[in-house]
Amino acid sequence: MQDMGVRVLFEGANGVRLLKGLWTALRISLLSMAFSFVLGTLLGCAMTLKNPVVKAAAKIYLEFIRIMPQLVLLFLAYFGMTKAFGIQLSGYASALIVFTMWGTAEMGDLVRGVLISIPKHQYLSGLALGLSPWRVYLHIIFPQSARRLIPLAINLSTRMIKTTSLVVLIGVVEVLKVGQQIIEANRYAAPSGALWVYGAVFLLYFIACYPISSLARLLENKWKG
Amino acid sequence: MLEIQTLRKSFDGQIVLNNISFSVQKGEVVVLVGPSGCGKSTLLRCVNGLERIDSGAIALEGRVLTCDKTKWPLIRQKIGMVFQSYDLFPHMNVMENILLGPMKAQKRSRKETEADAERLLTRVGLLDKKSAFPRQLSGGQKQRVAIARALIMKPAIMLFDEVTAALDPEMVREVLDVMLELAEEGMTMLIVTHEMQFAKAAADRIIFIDKGEIVESGAPEDFFTNPRTDRAKRFLNMFSFENRKKKGLGVK
Repeated sequence: MQDMGVRVLFEGANGVRLLKGLWTALRISLLSMAFSFVLGTLLGCAMTLKNPVVKAAAKIYLEFIRIMPQLVLLFLAYFGMTKAFGIQLSGYASALIVFTMWGTAEMGDLVRGVLISIPKHQYLSGLALGLSPWRVYLHIIFPQSARRLIPLAINLSTRMIKTTSLVVLIGVVEVLKVGQQIIEANRYAAPSGALWVYGAVFLLYFIACYPISSLARLLENKWKG
Repeated sequence: MLEIQTLRKSFDGQIVLNNISFSVQKGEVVVLVGPSGCGKSTLLRCVNGLERIDSGAIALEGRVLTCDKTKWPLIRQKIGMVFQSYDLFPHMNVMENILLGPMKAQKRSRKETEADAERLLTRVGLLDKKSAFPRQLSGGQKQRVAIARALIMKPAIMLFDEVTAALDPEMVREVLDVMLELAEEGMTMLIVTHEMQFAKAAADRIIFIDKGEIVESGAPEDFFTNPRTDRAKRFLNMFSFENRKKKGLGVK
């Protein structure tokens, strides 16, 4: 029984299809992460401004996105937009939009936290040396912020990779969906296939995420102090 | 050199400095003393524009520094400042910390400034630490680097804001010695400190500030031995201890 199950992974193009599925999941998360990085940095900087309107708007956005389960956001983008406005987004586009919105909120909060964690005296010391405010940010505040931010941002991207498994539910064929298709196709020929296929999916996620989180840990240790 | 006239500064309607007027001559060392929260540190930050003043005027080398028109980055290059919390930049080593100001603010060449930096590091006794990072240094060493970092800008005046207050007692001396040497060499300095012995040794003039106002000013020998005002007397009494046991005042 057992050996029959494992065989489904190697039948036909199954293995390649799983890898392609993984690539779809990774592409959604990496693209979203790239957009989130840029937009989140802007959002985070905006949140440190003293302007009350900007602050309130950013806060509302952040809370809204974080309180909503990602699945609800995905359904809103995929089904809701079609019903309400007749805009038909593909599952892939919906996923990109939702994950970018979510990533921007999370990233913005990280950037804000990091910026305010730099002691005020770092800023004053730079100014006291006669550097212009812009140069103080360029040479003193940003380099220190980046060191604190990058490990956090990397952790966020592993969370994002894992969360992309939700896009199955709006019809995107990624690694989990491919797995399910393989299981369905072999339901009678290899009943124990499910365990092997899900095991393989687990392994693929692990292979994708483990090096990333190791890198985060490595950088964190290197830049500590 | 530095002239301050009827300076007034408030935070949220509360006046922290009022009617402050004094001047510092070239080569003079003026020490500001007074109880915590009396406004001394705020006064220093007003001098280099880190705090905006409400009214009054500050002039450096005959040039009036009014907040909005003044190009503060240029002025600040002439005013060296060292803070209590020795804020070295943690992501740079000692040499880079010292070179940042001259290279990025004054656009001096690396070669020329590096030679300057080594001379200054030798002087504060830390040449062997030039590649060390701030986290590898003791508090006293960090503060000496911070002094070198301010000096390399070739400032006309140096401001010291309680630079030994955060140090362990055994490290206070090494920092104060550097400052005493500077004073001997004729550097113009405005110092806020709680080290009364040091104030006595370094100052040409003491200014006593209480509740945001100058209460008394004068030569250190007069101020410390013969204060004119009650407020100054009370303040100085906090620094002297009497042996209560020998006087028979101890717990019986």
